[in-house]
Amino acid sequence: MPARPPDCVKDCFPVGRAPSAGELAPDPAVPGESMLRSYSTCLYGSYYYVFFFFVAVHKFFWFAPDVLTESVIAAACSRVGQSVLHLDRRNYYAGNWASFTFNGLLSWIEEYKNQQEVQITELEQVWRSLIDEGEDAVPLSTVDSSISNLEVFCYASEEEEETKAPLTSFQPVNAETVSEETNGDSTEAQDTVTGDDATASDAKTPNEEHEVSEPKEEQHTSDISEPSQSQEEKESQLISSPADPPVEVEKKITYQKLVKEGRRFNIDLVSKLMYSRGALVDLLIKSNVSRYAEFKNIGHILTYRNGKVEQVPCSRADVFASKQLTVIEKRMLMKFLTFCLDFEQHPEEYQDCTEKPFREFLKNKKLTENLQDFILHSIAMVTQQTLTEEGLKATQHFLRCLGRYGNTPFLFPLYGLGEIPQCFCRMCAVFGGIYCLRHSVQCLVVDKAANKVKAVIDTRGQRISCSHFVVEDSYIRDEQRQSTAYRQISRAVLITDRSVLPSESDQLISLVTIPPLESSAPAVRMVELCSSSMTCMPGTYLVHLTCSSSGRAQEDLAPVVSQLFHVSTIPGEEPSEGAEERSKPAVLWVMYFNMRDTSALDSSNYSLPSNVHVCTGPDGSLCSDYSIKLAESVFHHILPDEEFCPPAPNPEDIIYDGDGPQAEGPGFDESTNTEEDKSQAEEEGAAHEKSPSTESSEPAEMDSVTQQAPSDTTPPSEE
Amino acid sequence: MYVTGICLFLCSCQHGRVKIKSTAQQEEEKRKEREKKLKAFVSARDAVLKKRSAGEHDEEALQLTRQLLSSNPDFATLWNYRREVLLHLETLREKDEVQKLYESELHFIEACLKVNPKSYGCWHHRSWVNTRLPQPDWTRELGLCDRCLSLDERNFHCWDYRRVVVKESGVSVEQELQFTDRLIGSNFSNYSSWHYRSTLLPQLHPQPAPDPAPNTSPSPTASPQIHSHRVCEEQLLKEYELAHNAFFTDPNDQSAWFYYRWLLGRAEREEMISCVYVSREKRRVSVAFSKPVHAQSEGLMLVLDGQPQQVQWRSAHPRFRHSPVWLCDLPPGSVSDISNEHNLTVHWTEKHTHRDCALYTGEMSESWCRDSATDQELFRSELSVEKSSVLQAELQSCNQLLELEPQNKWCLLTIILLMRALDPLGHEKETLAHFQTLKEVDPMRSTYYSDLCSKFLIENTILKMEYAEVRVFSLSNKNLTTLCHLDQLLLVTHINLSSNQLLRLPPQFAMLQCLEVLEADDNAIESLEGLYHLPKLEEVSLRNNQICKLSDLESLASCTKLTRLDLRGNPVHKTANIESELNQLLPLVTALSL
Repeated sequence: MPARPPDCVKDCFPVGRAPSAGELAPDPAVPGESMLRSYSTCLYGSYYYVFFFFVAVHKFFWFAPDVLTESVIAAACSRVGQSVLHLDRRNYYAGNWASFTFNGLLSWIEEYKNQQEVQITELEQVWRSLIDEGEDAVPLSTVDSSISNLEVFCYASEEEEETKAPLTSFQPVNAETVSEETNGDSTEAQDTVTGDDATASDAKTPNEEHEVSEPKEEQHTSDISEPSQSQEEKESQLISSPADPPVEVEKKITYQKLVKEGRRFNIDLVSKLMYSRGALVDLLIKSNVSRYAEFKNIGHILTYRNGKVEQVPCSRADVFASKQLTVIEKRMLMKFLTFCLDFEQHPEEYQDCTEKPFREFLKNKKLTENLQDFILHSIAMVTQQTLTEEGLKATQHFLRCLGRYGNTPFLFPLYGLGEIPQCFCRMCAVFGGIYCLRHSVQCLVVDKAANKVKAVIDTRGQRISCSHFVVEDSYIRDEQRQSTAYRQISRAVLITDRSVLPSESDQLISLVTIPPLESSAPAVRMVELCSSSMTCMPGTYLVHLTCSSSGRAQEDLAPVVSQLFHVSTIPGEEPSEGAEERSKPAVLWVMYFNMRDTSALDSSNYSLPSNVHVCTGPDGSLCSDYSIKLAESVFHHILPDEEFCPPAPNPEDIIYDGDGPQAEGPGFDESTNTEEDKSQAEEEGAAHEKSPSTESSEPAEMDSVTQQAPSDTTPPSEE
Repeated sequence: MYVTGICLFLCSCQHGRVKIKSTAQQEEEKRKEREKKLKAFVSARDAVLKKRSAGEHDEEALQLTRQLLSSNPDFATLWNYRREVLLHLETLREKDEVQKLYESELHFIEACLKVNPKSYGCWHHRSWVNTRLPQPDWTRELGLCDRCLSLDERNFHCWDYRRVVVKESGVSVEQELQFTDRLIGSNFSNYSSWHYRSTLLPQLHPQPAPDPAPNTSPSPTASPQIHSHRVCEEQLLKEYELAHNAFFTDPNDQSAWFYYRWLLGRAEREEMISCVYVSREKRRVSVAFSKPVHAQSEGLMLVLDGQPQQVQWRSAHPRFRHSPVWLCDLPPGSVSDISNEHNLTVHWTEKHTHRDCALYTGEMSESWCRDSATDQELFRSELSVEKSSVLQAELQSCNQLLELEPQNKWCLLTIILLMRALDPLGHEKETLAHFQTLKEVDPMRSTYYSDLCSKFLIENTILKMEYAEVRVFSLSNKNLTTLCHLDQLLLVTHINLSSNQLLRLPPQFAMLQCLEVLEADDNAIESLEGLYHLPKLEEVSLRNNQICKLSDLESLASCTKLTRLDLRGNPVHKTANIESELNQLLPLVTALSL
């Protein structure tokens, strides 16, 4: 099987594991390998004859936009030989598929609150001169309004080790305090985030975050002498409260610690898992993109029932081991699941119920309450209203995914979901796609007669021609929309100190389905990530909650959070209300927000030229199949005769025209440069210090070509 | 000018498409690669073999064999050579260095195991290295086994090696039981783990010594069965639960069912002499044992009226070296006087057991002494160890499962066995119905089920016969396909097997030493091998069977009392001169029907 095995398989022998041959070897065609770990945004267009300019500029600065659909389309187009320019819109990474470090997320929160829509009139002056007769300009939105109701609460102890008591008082407990404090530092935050060098920004953020959340006078001492102080803290606590077992003292995680270890976090705005036989995994395998990532199998499927977190018996081994089920229930469950596996073969079993809800069908099957709950909420993961056939299909899909990579049907990419779009970006780049960071498009240039986009005008006032334009929904201004009513997803991101269901291994990823607490409320899906998933620091768990919104995210999700976790009233307070509270994991930090779910929209919802393809944002479902299917359909719309993501060849099978890895080399050598071009190139080179002088000629040449070259696929330009 | 340049460039890389080597190119490359490897391998192999025949035991030999074995770990000769080299190096080095030498060897084997986890040579070499290692690290070895088994839980090489490691490292039985818990938990379709469990449980939770006053015993006499390798009841109940969980989850998985059968218990019968029969007229003693024995080597001794007798023991049929029934002839005149009472004792010296039999005065021409099958609960033995209350509860569970899975063969079969253990006669009707279902749902094994059903019917008939205290065995029209428990029919005088599906009268039939009348009409009997030296057989009826050849009837000539023979409806009557030939073969038969 071409897919990389889950990590559990890899370490089969205690010593001397051989590295997997060649798979992760740097590819000569991908520059800036070490900078792949980054977060960014999301605009991409399919371009002809302009891309060399960007190659030169961004040769050493290769940032990956993080929107799954767009990056898959880009990779697919690039793979079949199309020229792709993938632009990053904002000056800050905010794509809804992004993964953030803890510090990055804090900065993002600030950035988010401060963003403002630029008035069209201001922009218009820039592009007026570039628009010709018979052309129209369609401006794009500069504000991402897909996130709303953002609220942050911190419960981790803020205590500085030596001065515990006085500090507690000013610690922010509600969102207002946090935002006020952070607002003051917003400019610095911006600087950090927009820095060219990823490592520089990473190195800078911890300091800066200290400022955000702490009084300034405390900052420096804590920075310099943290390790020794934490040691002191341990000792002093041991002395002060001898009744506490030492283990607990060691476990205690302060806010400073979170910030200090912030780079160990990879916090996704979108929470999804990969069905091991879902569209995404199939695509990763088919296209050989899987070689760029590693995955971890989800260890636990849990549910919350009768006030307890319980394991959901879904695989054969689970059913066997389950203690909640009677043997009769075990048989009934297995029998039902076996039936679901090929339910199409037994239409007589469900024919009478096709018009009825799945829940009723389960009742008709004489399954006990227990089993009905397990199947409906945790296996099929559908609602009370879902019809029988859909429920059966969902159950079947779940079951078919079992056992491919382990005892649960799900995989999670190490380092967070943001890895997946990056893998596709990487493939896109391998096949010549160009990536630009902090380079956005102001408006589209539309040929009025054909109602087609013929060019775009970027934020530097350059006009770049293109034949197709793919864009995320959040970039579309309301003027281009038929309707502005959206569904919303409620999200919460928590950092906790232990797992909701401790087991032999503390390094398991768990999926917890929480049936509606009241009948009107939506079911909540929770994914608890352990530190070995590379999304949080050791000793913590990163918990994502998702549900379809009925109101503000905090209103939707806080009741669930308080059911499952210990939410202290005073930061850093130890749970004390008896054994029950103590057994729950404590919340250290939590963020609530609503995210716009545009997945129900299609092209009829926008009034846009026909060669503009809108990628609707992440949907609320557990898997990414929606995005992949959308990518495939857009791709076929752009290139009806091409194969979608055929397997990428092995590096050793690629022929480099006999002269080195840079196929484009000879083309540039013969070119001559004008002075004007040169100076522009030098400017670019200066902006990105690493651009070597030998390549400075390329952008100029290409730039001039842009204005002249006719294309074999696009209509001839005005010259 | 720019335009042309660019266009040329674009053409050369086909609009940005990456050029890929064709399949033929790739294959050619691979072929060349393989050839190169083969050449290198062959030359290295030749070099190693040359070194070995030259008796060189040096580092270079280790290096060369290492190269070869890491690509082909199944080359046993090279492992042997390696051992020779290692043994030689061992003599030259300090203890510390030896430890290091062998440790690096273990690392190397590990790499080879990755190439082939089922290489005999590798695993053997690993065991050997551990015996040579001054300070073997068994924990590490155990870890290795666990990892291998997590990759392939049925790798028997690893299971074997693990047994060695566990033995050497003294891992506690509790830990091992937890190990099986873990393996069964991750996949219960793994009979290796279940079986391992069955060997651990009796060590960890042995059954307490049997109570000297068995009030709970259903029979008034003490049960003559030994219950070894048993587990205490408390633990047993937990194990039943575990097995239930498995077969309720997946009733088609046989591992759990087999384990369950083991849990239900299989009694081992005590080795004893179950019957001694003496016939005055024939001066013959027949001895039946509880299991097949080889009398000549077991020290069987016959004492008649206090006098040890020199007798020749023979099995009921010359075919058997081991047999549950042995015969001997008493010296002439030793028991012919009907006015004398004789006391006979058969001693089984090997097992320190004996059985007496008295031949009283008077007209009685025979005498016997025996344990009846009913007293011994003989036919419950397969599942008779447990208390009936436990078995009753288990039967209930299985019936629950059967309700949900009426077609499940494992469940049906287990129910049949449980019913037999509880009350074979009371459940006869249900048992037969279940057998019928079994044959329908599992036609591939219908013959097996028929044979098993025949066995149970015979057992039931024997029980009924003994309750009635008669010597007549009648089992007609029951679809019998096979005959068994014939040693239990030693005393039977009349037997009726008509209208069944028997194909032959097997050699064991010769154990029916008292048989006078045999009715076996309407079967498909082809062979009469078992009608051999039956001293009292007078009448045989074999109408409508499949006896084809005269030679099939030859064994009848050894039955000296046979006078009536009915062979109507057999193909043999077509043989030319059949009547005269038969008269010649069986001159004593006076009433012959053809």
